[in-house]
Amino acid sequence: MSAATDVLENLGARVLGAIHRLGFASRFLLLTLRNSGMCLRRFSLVTREIYFTGVLSLIIILVSGLFVGMVLGLQGYDTLERYGSSAALGVLVALSLVRELGPVVAGLLFASRAGSAITAEIGLMKATEQLAAMEMMAVDPIGRVIAPRFWAGVISMPLLAAMFSAMGVFGGYLVGVRLIGVDEGSFWSQMQAAVDFREDILNGVIKSLVFGIAVSWIAVFEGYDAPPTAEGVSGATTRTVVTSSLAILALDFMLTAFMFRGV
Amino acid sequence: MPTIPATDNLVEVENVNFAYDSRQILKGVSLNIRRGQVVAIMGLSGCGKTTLLRLIGGALRPTRGEVRIGGKAISRLSHEELYALRRRMGMLFQFGALFTDMSCYDNVAFQMREHTDLSDELIDDLVLMKLQAVGLRGAHDLMPAELSGGMARRVALARTTALDPMLIMYDEPFAGLDPVSMGVIGQLIRRLNDALGATSIIVTHDVAEALDLVDYVYFMSEGAIVTQGVPDELRASDKPFVHQFVHGETDGPMPFHYPAEDYARDLQATEGA
Amino acid sequence: MMKRKTLDLWAGIFIAIGLGALLFLALKVGNLASFSAAETYLVKANFDNIGGLKKRAPVKSAGVVVGRVEDIGFDSETYEATVTLSIDKRYEFPKDTSAKILTSGLLGEQYVGLTAGGDTARLKNGDTIKITQSAVVLENLISQFLFSKAAEGNKDGK
Repeated sequence: MSAATDVLENLGARVLGAIHRLGFASRFLLLTLRNSGMCLRRFSLVTREIYFTGVLSLIIILVSGLFVGMVLGLQGYDTLERYGSSAALGVLVALSLVRELGPVVAGLLFASRAGSAITAEIGLMKATEQLAAMEMMAVDPIGRVIAPRFWAGVISMPLLAAMFSAMGVFGGYLVGVRLIGVDEGSFWSQMQAAVDFREDILNGVIKSLVFGIAVSWIAVFEGYDAPPTAEGVSGATTRTVVTSSLAILALDFMLTAFMFRGV
Repeated sequence: MPTIPATDNLVEVENVNFAYDSRQILKGVSLNIRRGQVVAIMGLSGCGKTTLLRLIGGALRPTRGEVRIGGKAISRLSHEELYALRRRMGMLFQFGALFTDMSCYDNVAFQMREHTDLSDELIDDLVLMKLQAVGLRGAHDLMPAELSGGMARRVALARTTALDPMLIMYDEPFAGLDPVSMGVIGQLIRRLNDALGATSIIVTHDVAEALDLVDYVYFMSEGAIVTQGVPDELRASDKPFVHQFVHGETDGPMPFHYPAEDYARDLQATEGA
Repeated sequence: MMKRKTLDLWAGIFIAIGLGALLFLALKVGNLASFSAAETYLVKANFDNIGGLKKRAPVKSAGVVVGRVEDIGFDSETYEATVTLSIDKRYEFPKDTSAKILTSGLLGEQYVGLTAGGDTARLKNGDTIKITQSAVVLENLISQFLFSKAAEGNKDGK
């Protein structure tokens, strides 16, 4: 009997702990937003971080996008051919990418590459007292270190998702038109007819923006909250990737249900 | 920036209590530090000396009592006032805490670039001067990762004194250094203090270096000051705590053995089980 | 440690490529270039049944897209569906144009097809199309078919 109550107690404690942490994280986000003034005045701080989060993620995003697009081309053709609709391959590839795969997969890749790097960097800076030293030198570490990384992530994410989708469409084109022989004209024209700017592309951009905010928030928070030890930082990095990935998938469901239910 | 009135005491700590998570770390600590002095706060690890330093720097707020710098209670300062005060203080962290993503030059120039409007040429001269004072002008292009422990500590010292602070605090400046580096740091602390007309507080458990260097010593144990005096007094003290600490004795008021059960019974229990 | 100028350059290139990708998606992949910029005028049409017609469905005449379905409403007095069409200003239609709800392909999405009449007067902003044909509802078609089959059977049986 006591084993069962122990389990419940643990569960309750963990849930309460998680809620407590969420509250702390929210206050941290507000603090970051409030201290973002320096980011506007000295935008070079942000561009520096855009380089480290965005530019260094380019290769993995472009290559992954290309491969995903090519696979979509292959799989899509295989299925559509059975219903004689292989001319609609462009539609399938484009819609899958722009609506879902672009924002989600780019988001997951971003979380694991850039998000974990941000967490590790901030965690290490905290562990080696660099943030405390900055504070003692009368420079706000939130505004100087945390906020630029947050905004760099928010800005980079939609751009990376767009690049992913664009490369994917190109990959689908390579496989479908060049390799398999689907008619080039119908590939593009059906795609253009079916993909709506407002409904599909803009919604995809909004999704990637939301994902960018979520991943950047989680990454900077976990880094800032990490215990100042080796295990602490590595645990925080893992948590960033896991929590970000779950958050992306959950948010994706909510946004998709909200955006595409009418169509 | 607040003007510091010409009182004799730069730092006044009055009956400060500090607790963290229901653990009482400091119990009623009071001390005064006069301008121009180099003062050491010594004690075993965990006695609360680093916490005291953080309280003086304004990074922590006392749960009771007051810390005054130049007569002003720092816990009652606004954010801007606290930051303005901090620009006239310097803190050397254990192991240096240099910013690892910039060169030594940029580290030392950091405060100058953030807080002053000085031209690039002027900053250049100042940075090189500061590095020269600690003997590392030739290393200005190196990244912190490329420095040895002693060198990193010295660059951090140059960074700390970049804006000629009036109060310099040192958190375990001698920890982990070879004897030569220890001597160098010790000399630099004294020279910089006198050259800048500043006041220095050193938190350390390095007895030999500290007693040779400072003007006055506060000795802490378990969150309270147990003894204070000039170095000679402490060296000659016959108080058990102090004697054990100064002479590095293995057993005394601070016991060698962690509290445990009777030895014989412990051995028997293992056999029986 | 890269010089700041190089960092800025790369960051700038990154943002440029990103915006370029967005532009590519918007123009080449989506339909931004083709329609939204044009000026349009609104015309109403009432239907008994709009079937699966949705907002932003195309309005075609002779197979060419000339507009979009702007809004779909319900008239609680006549119990008819009120569809508002936005038609490109470049294309004018006579007042006796008829509107039909058609399906692209066999199972595709539904659209509004306009067939021009012979009237010299033109439809203006706010006018209503008088002649409409509702969408074909599959269930009705099937029940009609079954009904006519049953009627035939009865005739034979007599």
